[in-house]
Amino acid sequence: MQPFIEMNKLNLYYGEFHALKDVSVQIPERAITAFIGPSGCGKSTLLRTLNRMNDRIPGARVEGRVAIGGIDIYSGEVHVESLRKKIGMVFQQPNPFPKSIYDNVAFGPKQHGIRGKKKLDELVEQSLRSAVLWDEVKDDLRRPALSLSGGQQQRLCIARALAVEPDILLMDEATSALDPISTFKIEELTHELKDRYTIVMVTHNMQQAARVSQQTVFFLNGEVIEHDATRQLFANPVDSRTQDYISGRFG
Amino acid sequence: MSVKKPAHPTLAYSFGKRRGASVLLDRLFTGLVWGTGIIVILFIVGLLFLLLEKGLPQLSWNFLYGLPSEIEEGGGIGPALFNSFYVLIISLIVSIPIGIAAGIYLAEFAPNNKLIEVVRICVEGLSSVPSIIFGLFGIALFVEFFEIGLTILGAAISLAFLNLPVLTRVTEESIRAVPVELRNASFALGSTHLQTIRRVLLPVAMNGIMTGICLTAGRAFGESAVIILTAGVSTSGEMWDFNLLSPGGTLAVHLWYVQSEAIVPDAQEIAQKTTAVLIIVALLINIVFRVPLWLNERKNKA
Repeated sequence: MQPFIEMNKLNLYYGEFHALKDVSVQIPERAITAFIGPSGCGKSTLLRTLNRMNDRIPGARVEGRVAIGGIDIYSGEVHVESLRKKIGMVFQQPNPFPKSIYDNVAFGPKQHGIRGKKKLDELVEQSLRSAVLWDEVKDDLRRPALSLSGGQQQRLCIARALAVEPDILLMDEATSALDPISTFKIEELTHELKDRYTIVMVTHNMQQAARVSQQTVFFLNGEVIEHDATRQLFANPVDSRTQDYISGRFG
Repeated sequence: MSVKKPAHPTLAYSFGKRRGASVLLDRLFTGLVWGTGIIVILFIVGLLFLLLEKGLPQLSWNFLYGLPSEIEEGGGIGPALFNSFYVLIISLIVSIPIGIAAGIYLAEFAPNNKLIEVVRICVEGLSSVPSIIFGLFGIALFVEFFEIGLTILGAAISLAFLNLPVLTRVTEESIRAVPVELRNASFALGSTHLQTIRRVLLPVAMNGIMTGICLTAGRAFGESAVIILTAGVSTSGEMWDFNLLSPGGTLAVHLWYVQSEAIVPDAQEIAQKTTAVLIIVALLINIVFRVPLWLNERKNKA
């Protein structure tokens, strides 16, 4: 498969702390790639380098190359806002704005200059449908987003991310705060979305990685230990540390 | 209420009874908190009653609208009441944008260094400086430097200075209190810093900022020291006098004047009625600023 996101000898430092060490990973287009590894191994940090959310952390410093579609996103020619428009992100805790359901989904498009009620209505419906939330909320889009359940809020956050029409969706442990049924719904959703979006997910849940992803990258202490097709990595890990981790011996 | 021990010989199981110091203390504390709460509420209600009792029943439109009288009975508070609002509104127009802007700067843009720390301490210090100092500053600036005399403009701007530190601090604190998750959500959607501030941080922080504005508006409305020094104790004696350079005695100053200097025979009565008006307006200011927030909250919170 053609690599869509390419990281080449990527190093990231938080002040003195060397958080990512010589990371080189290639992520294919329109597939789900899972980052697994124990807490603090750098997988979330790596996710945040893709949409440059680390820029906002004082003392964070990036070396090496991250290219999306062949363009170096740290080259200075890329506006961080237009980069993030192409890359949606879903966080660990559902974080809807204290606004209505409609205003949450319409938020992104409005910031990118989309005006006109009709166009926005369409985008909101389409995004809520993509996030499989439409049927549950279509009767009253003016309801406060915070009145939804945790799982619904998380799907609303996915809809909100999809509304800016990104190509990539980053999911930072997006189901770890949810109950099993909501988790299942979101996993099903990612399965449907992968035909249209390149999805990169960080997960603590190895079964989840095994269930939904096509590619899996295993991290330890800021380094890539192993990267392979998910089935391959879980069935026949090459590195003994991967073997130990996926068999639950540590982590 | 005591529960009788049921005679259940079959029930061998028991949770036991938790007695002792911790339970007693908990009861005692609960009682204490309730007691204090009730006493404070009674005190506030009683105080309101005492202050409003004499003045409120006598209030009339003639009094609210009427021109003050220096010698005869039956003077009104029209111009003073008007000045109160006029000065308040001008001071808010000056202080709200600057205060909020400074608060945004300190919360979002200011670097973490010693200089900004010092600025913060200064802002905090200034918010507890006695108001008369700002009055003296007003005199120095408007009466002595610009030589415009005792004016509504001078009073309004001096009041704005008085309220700036509080507004700045409240805005900074409220913006800092916005959960970082919301900030991240906005940035991750590709919003610029300005968009994030306008569409996420300020709306979420608005409740706190409004509390600050209410506080400062109430303070400005009831302020007397600054007004006496910068706007004088008298009014132009006309109703609806929008001239910024008129003398600007406000209601709070009028109250002080009537109580201490006036020679009208009904001074006592005027003072009582003025007190009632001051209290009611102060309550109204709070309600006026709060109602939009309440409505918004009902719409957006679960």
